[in-house]
Amino acid sequence: MTSLKLILTAIGSSRSGLLGLSMVGLHLLFALTSPWLVPYSFDSQSEIIGHIGPSFQHWGGLDTLGRDVLTRTMLGGRQAILITLLGTLLAVSWGGFFGIVAGYSGGRVDEAIMRCIDIFLAVPFMIFLLLIIATYGNDPDVMILTLGFFYGIGVVRLARAATLEVVVKDYVLSAKARGEGIYSIIFREILPNVRDVLLVEAAMRWSWMLLAFSALSFLGFGITPPTPDWGLMIASARIYLPLAPWPVLLPMIALSSLIIGINLTADALAKSLGLDRITRTVI
Amino acid sequence: MSSPLLTTEDLSIGYVNDQAEPVAVISSINLTLGRGETLGLVGESGCGKSTLLLALMAYQKAGLQRLGGRLEFLGEDMVAMSARDLQKLRGGQMALIPQNAGQALTPTMRIESQIFEALRLHSNLGMAAWRSRSIELLERVQLARPGEMLKRYPHELSGGQQQRVAIAMALAGEPDLLLLDEPTTGLDVTTQVHVLDLLRDIVAETQTAMIYVSHDIGVISAVCEKIAIMYAGELVELGEKQQLINQPAHPYTQGLLDSIPKLHQSRLPVGMEGRQPQPGLRDFSSQCVFLDRCGHAQPICEQSKPGLLKLPGQAVKCHFGEQTLALKDLATGSQVAKPEGFSKVVLQVSDLCVSYDRPSLKRRIMGDKADLTVQDIAFEIRQGEILGLVGESGSGKSTLLKTVAGLQQPLSGSMVLNEKFDLSYAVGKRAPECQQRIQLVFQNPDASLNPSHTIEEILARPIALYFGGSESAISEEIDQMLERVNLPVAYRHRYPGQLSGGEKQRIAIARALVAKPDLILCDEITSALDVSVQASIMKLLLRLRDESQLAILFVSHDLAVVNALADQVVVLQQGRIRESGRVYDVFSSPEHEYTQSLLASVL
Repeated sequence: MTSLKLILTAIGSSRSGLLGLSMVGLHLLFALTSPWLVPYSFDSQSEIIGHIGPSFQHWGGLDTLGRDVLTRTMLGGRQAILITLLGTLLAVSWGGFFGIVAGYSGGRVDEAIMRCIDIFLAVPFMIFLLLIIATYGNDPDVMILTLGFFYGIGVVRLARAATLEVVVKDYVLSAKARGEGIYSIIFREILPNVRDVLLVEAAMRWSWMLLAFSALSFLGFGITPPTPDWGLMIASARIYLPLAPWPVLLPMIALSSLIIGINLTADALAKSLGLDRITRTVI
Repeated sequence: MSSPLLTTEDLSIGYVNDQAEPVAVISSINLTLGRGETLGLVGESGCGKSTLLLALMAYQKAGLQRLGGRLEFLGEDMVAMSARDLQKLRGGQMALIPQNAGQALTPTMRIESQIFEALRLHSNLGMAAWRSRSIELLERVQLARPGEMLKRYPHELSGGQQQRVAIAMALAGEPDLLLLDEPTTGLDVTTQVHVLDLLRDIVAETQTAMIYVSHDIGVISAVCEKIAIMYAGELVELGEKQQLINQPAHPYTQGLLDSIPKLHQSRLPVGMEGRQPQPGLRDFSSQCVFLDRCGHAQPICEQSKPGLLKLPGQAVKCHFGEQTLALKDLATGSQVAKPEGFSKVVLQVSDLCVSYDRPSLKRRIMGDKADLTVQDIAFEIRQGEILGLVGESGSGKSTLLKTVAGLQQPLSGSMVLNEKFDLSYAVGKRAPECQQRIQLVFQNPDASLNPSHTIEEILARPIALYFGGSESAISEEIDQMLERVNLPVAYRHRYPGQLSGGEKQRIAIARALVAKPDLILCDEITSALDVSVQASIMKLLLRLRDESQLAILFVSHDLAVVNALADQVVVLQQGRIRESGRVYDVFSSPEHEYTQSLLASVL
């Protein structure tokens, strides 16, 4: 609890961090409460069919099927946020674990883990992603597992690099000399010291994963209609863009404001922890 | 004497933060240096000596700025100079020799190009003359085969050679003033002596003035005529070398001198309590900066700041400068009682050989032997005994220590703990009792304490690992241990980053002690600390030894420390034992020539 509080104060101490944090916080709050806030049901159609712009009854206008755009935008992030958050958690956990094991063990274990990672990095992962979803369907658990797996690959490299900086420290040697086992050394001595790097990385990964998830929906592999989703909304309304920009603009604004918010938070977090965002090494 | 080379008047450097008042890191420095004069700046870490040295080149590190005062070089105001003029001056008429030459030389450039660069910027020589001048410079710093040296890369040189190249580059512009920032700190003692000799020659021959910054008053007195003592950003005493060392007038100087272990007396140095105030935490503008740690403090020291009191041959910033002169020699260190008649042998090492080299199968069939890092090592440590292991870098003393700790596998030979446990296994394969009975303390407490753990977590771990027990029992033990190493119990909730260097090292020692070991391995544990702190750590170690009949293997490159602390000594060179025996015997009549040269190098 105290460390979470420390992290939040650290982010909030800079202006851009505060802005980013409040953007992300607002999005999370909306995602949790929007079912009770929305003016209409997500699939209720207005009597007026066809695109009409913003009006007093429909602040965000209506889409092709006469559904309220504001309602659908407010609801459209719920699935995406939940799936990508869980996916990020998975990615950072497994990636972090294997990265630390590789970095700490060195030698053959390191070699084996890293060569596997190289193989996966060589595969264009979007195609793989589409393949898996086409095979196993687009259930949330499949999405979480695949996104979590592919986004964890980069985390392995990063966690290994961060671990290599820590393993040479005398406190690791000291633990070894004390007769500590490998798991004690990994979780007690190393993990707390690479945690900051992983935390910043998690924020970055989350924003990338959100983009990828929306791209999947856009391509028709994500959420099944009529469930509202930003990517799906943009995809279905894009051909009418010159006539009716609202059904595209609103979800776009929602998605980009969330991603900008995450990025600002990650930057502020990295800065307050003394890390360089690009290389994520200690500066 | 003609006009002075360098003068500063009330020079203050500091930073400006949110508070209204700027915070001075160094304040009101008044210095005058004539041509050919040599001045040593001495102080403990954090006293602002390096900041002052850079400030003398009119340079401040990012975040720092000049808060006031004047700086003149050859009669010119350096503060008013343009960046371009300063650029010409730096490296030309005033040259800096950095602490770590290995890092100051560009690793991807040959020595040749680096010296040419200095010549291009700071001499009038044409390109044709650069090579011959470079060779001249390298000969000047007594590097053998200068022609060959020019073609090398920095990593192909030893530490001492790198430092010589850095000196040669500084000499390229024929400077009037050399500024040196601890140029011999990373070097072995015998190399250090050579570099200091060289500097002395250069000063004598070329009439170059020199300002030498160091924490080591011994090094300073070997090359400088005048000494200035710095404390918390102020010059507290300034004087001729002999006078200042023989008759220090400031209580801090006295404490500093008393903290240094000396080779000719095998007693513990006195040391100083307390720590140097951090800049900005307290306003010392109307009181003495040394107030908290001064044993002679009077009410007046709290009410007014002492000015620089001029005494014949020295100047001191103390209200009682004249009186403290008389107080000298009141404080003497305690004689270490070296216990006799030990019984139990804690560690017996015989015929030990260690190698980092793993010969390939082919080489093994061909009968090649592995390169041995240490070989034929034999010694024993008895209960309650301190064995000093001395040698220069690369002598294999750390390897030996790691082997005993089980972090490095021995090639052959035997190590026996308490006459029954075989130690020839790696630490993970040793019996838990062996793991618990040998504990290791590292050189640098910044690296050996996990920055993410509180002191409580650090100390609780060995107890939980070896003995288990309820949380309250462990907690009580931590309290007792903190008291044993003279730290307040309230420290248990702090992180290592919130402690000073000496306090951190006490925690590292406490972590070893909670395991209730028979043998503690100490790897240069005082060499990263200031002398006044070093003295108190030595005192602590001896007390703990007496209380728990510990055996201690004490690795150090500092012969004076070993002399004050150890009962037995082993001298290592290139992985072999050159000499061993009782400390007094070995140091008073060394038989091996390596021991003799080591002892001769002690300043």
